[in-house]
Amino acid sequence: MNNGYHIVVCAGVIPDPLQTLEPSTTPTGPALKNEIMLPAVLDPWASHALYEGANLAAHIPGSTVWLVSAAPKAKLQQVMMTVAQKASFEFVPIDVPSGGFADAHSLAGVLTEAIESIAGLDRTRLLLFGGWESATRGAGVTMQLIAEQMGILDQFQGVDQLTVQADGSFEILERIESGRHQVSICLGPPALLAWATGNLPEPKNNPRIGMSNMRTIVPALQKAKPVPLPHDGLRYLSVSPPQRQRQTRIVKDRSPDEIAAELIEWISQG
Amino acid sequence: MSVTAAEHSVPIERLQMSVDIACVGFGPAMGGFLTTLSRFLTNENGSPRLESQVSPGMPLQVICYERADGLGFGVSGAVTRARGIRASFPGVDLAQVPMAAPLSAEKLVYLLDPTEASMRSRWLRVADWLIRKLGRVSRLKDHAVELPFTPKFMRKHDGFVLSLGQFNQWVSEQIATSGMIQIWPGMPASEPLVENDRVVGIRLSDQGVDLGGEPGEDFMPGMDVRAALTVVADGPVGAVGRRLNLHFGLPNGNRQNEWALGMKFVIQLREDSALAPGTVLHTFGFPEPEIFGFLYVHPDRLASVGIFIPSWMRSPVRTAYRYLQHYLLHPYLWTHLQGGILKSWGAKSLQESGRHGEPILAGDGYARIGEGSGSTNVLAGSGVDEAWTTGVQLAEAVSELLQNQLPFTRDNLERTYVRRRRASWVDQEAKIAAESRNGFQQGVVRGLIGMALAGFTRGAVFFPARHRPISASTDTLERFYATRIPAMELKQLWRDCAAKNMALHDVIMDRCGWPEIPFDDQLLISHQDALLMGGSVQAAPGYTNHVIFLKPEVCRHCEPKLCVEMCSGQAITRGDDGVPTFDREKCVFCGACIWNCSSCGVKDQGSIEFRAGAGGLHSSLN
Repeated sequence: MNNGYHIVVCAGVIPDPLQTLEPSTTPTGPALKNEIMLPAVLDPWASHALYEGANLAAHIPGSTVWLVSAAPKAKLQQVMMTVAQKASFEFVPIDVPSGGFADAHSLAGVLTEAIESIAGLDRTRLLLFGGWESATRGAGVTMQLIAEQMGILDQFQGVDQLTVQADGSFEILERIESGRHQVSICLGPPALLAWATGNLPEPKNNPRIGMSNMRTIVPALQKAKPVPLPHDGLRYLSVSPPQRQRQTRIVKDRSPDEIAAELIEWISQG
Repeated sequence: MSVTAAEHSVPIERLQMSVDIACVGFGPAMGGFLTTLSRFLTNENGSPRLESQVSPGMPLQVICYERADGLGFGVSGAVTRARGIRASFPGVDLAQVPMAAPLSAEKLVYLLDPTEASMRSRWLRVADWLIRKLGRVSRLKDHAVELPFTPKFMRKHDGFVLSLGQFNQWVSEQIATSGMIQIWPGMPASEPLVENDRVVGIRLSDQGVDLGGEPGEDFMPGMDVRAALTVVADGPVGAVGRRLNLHFGLPNGNRQNEWALGMKFVIQLREDSALAPGTVLHTFGFPEPEIFGFLYVHPDRLASVGIFIPSWMRSPVRTAYRYLQHYLLHPYLWTHLQGGILKSWGAKSLQESGRHGEPILAGDGYARIGEGSGSTNVLAGSGVDEAWTTGVQLAEAVSELLQNQLPFTRDNLERTYVRRRRASWVDQEAKIAAESRNGFQQGVVRGLIGMALAGFTRGAVFFPARHRPISASTDTLERFYATRIPAMELKQLWRDCAAKNMALHDVIMDRCGWPEIPFDDQLLISHQDALLMGGSVQAAPGYTNHVIFLKPEVCRHCEPKLCVEMCSGQAITRGDDGVPTFDREKCVFCGACIWNCSSCGVKDQGSIEFRAGAGGLHSSLN
């Protein structure tokens, strides 16, 4: 009998990608210019993980979702104003210094400690969710490191779908090359699933969910103590944003196929 | 019964929830309100002072719903004396707020027209000729004259240059830390809930609907949030405030028929910029005599540069974006701006009726604060601090009523909030400003003289008001351009644009001699690129179109279509059959369409309804 899952979602907080992001060098290492001014959002991959986790919990009675996030407290407060309207969860905030140039190993250690401190967490029912490229500027290793530190051997990356089978096992689809998926069967928790985009649309803002969440989020934030994040041995040789080209045209009388063909030609020239 | 904004084809069952205080909009006014209230609601040991009446055992439930995706997105503003703001944060140096700088220099500058394309009156041309003749004696340099003083009534001498987006974010962090208030961005409120002339809460916008408002597969009806007190601070074009104005009317003699569209860029100045942080320039005279402009310098070589297009500008094809680009290119400003990079762009409507535009400030179950309550000082050109202070005043009143366990009736709110407001500097200075802009209804020179008269006599001397309805605020094309473009040619230009579904302003400005904008892909960019590169305009799916053309037959025959000319985001276009079309993915919620509808009726109600919606501008550098 399925008593429900304990779904722990690890989610990074990042500067809103729609803002202008410029790397800069500070005495403590690379940073984003004026990062304090930039509005923050939950990492998009991790957001999908949260929505998938909440959806799974809604369909499997007895399940609980925790959201574990490490970021400066002010940024966590800001992000909760949007995220907390979308899915029900219990919040586990970790107040750490700013920046996505953190050492993935250190960050994984901090997150692992927080997860293992969750009262009542049942490892035999544990599904560890996160974004497959979350945190540390898309290094793609943090979730794996957490799972290894926790001794979770069943690990899946780039997940788009999890289906609970009648026998309690999971069918999991992971992205591979050429737009295809690898299909795996996992017998059951504990397991790590680092999500890509999944298949669910972004949930609508729900005021009732928001108010209900805030009853636990506010005290959790108030209790969150600052935690140091060591940078031992990590040195960035250089940091640069990806190159971009931009052309804008407005067309009204072309078919989607014609526009697509023109775009393909433009990309090929690049 | 609600004051219904949108009727659905099938009655909808809506969920309800109850809070103690429901708040609409998060701008400086709401910042003042919630900052002050959160302090009252918190005991010294951090515990809540009051218990909720709707959720026993919980603290007072004070919930704020903001339409924009983020708390720093839907606002703009840049220079303020910050008297009320500083009083709320004693001992705090506001320069710690990102992009804030204390004022270091302030100038008033008259800009002559180097292009000779603007529509200047004969007297203004004579004045310009004289200034040029006098040359350096008249302090002429770079086609501009720096006046030797800034009138006292305009000065922000002890104030700050701010980004209101950054300030809002900063304020929200302070409020959130208290744990007493919940603020929810991305949650537009579509209308107030009114029962027997008592406001009992608000209705949140429906989600999962098509552009016409019809429910889709994932329909989520907007929840009804009931509250003993609804605080409305959704600005001059907010849906809830406007619904209240429709339902309750404005106080006798008041009208909201003076507006302006403010549009601005935030620019990264080049490395060798000599402009010091805290520099403030107020300009007038260019690109058109009616257009006032500004340049405010933030730290880190950022500058806010913008213009105001007023409702009393009689051009029937008045527009903002292209004029803003010409403004940047004026030699006096281009000296500083050349080589700069566009960081952000935005636009918003300003309610410039001042005290004459006040709605009913408080009624049973509700109160109005901020710009939508007529708090802007139209003489000083100051709104942020005034809005903040009205929020503080309401919070003090609400605290008094809560402390004494008194209901939020009209009488009680008038006795506490309105009385405080009337006794404050906000209202006293608003009275001085009340008639100061009457002269603009007859032209810019008369308007400037009128401002000076009212300003220097503290409101004792002023030109009488000659109110025009919005529908009569512009000339016909033929009349306005009579001295520049022959009527036949105008007609042909209009036909050509109508055939291509294009706005008129570009071809007419070209014809008047305005030079082509030299696009450089980093500061001078196309209008559509400004939406993407500057404003990062967003439109979340599942919301209805929020600009509705109520009288398509009227719109079909309306020419020129001022709503199209003035649309900040080019979201409104001509439409194949003459009825304008609306693209919500380009709308920045400036509200210019509301007051640029040429077909207003008796009560200044035009053909355009501006409803609630999510999304819009997505940059916090405003």
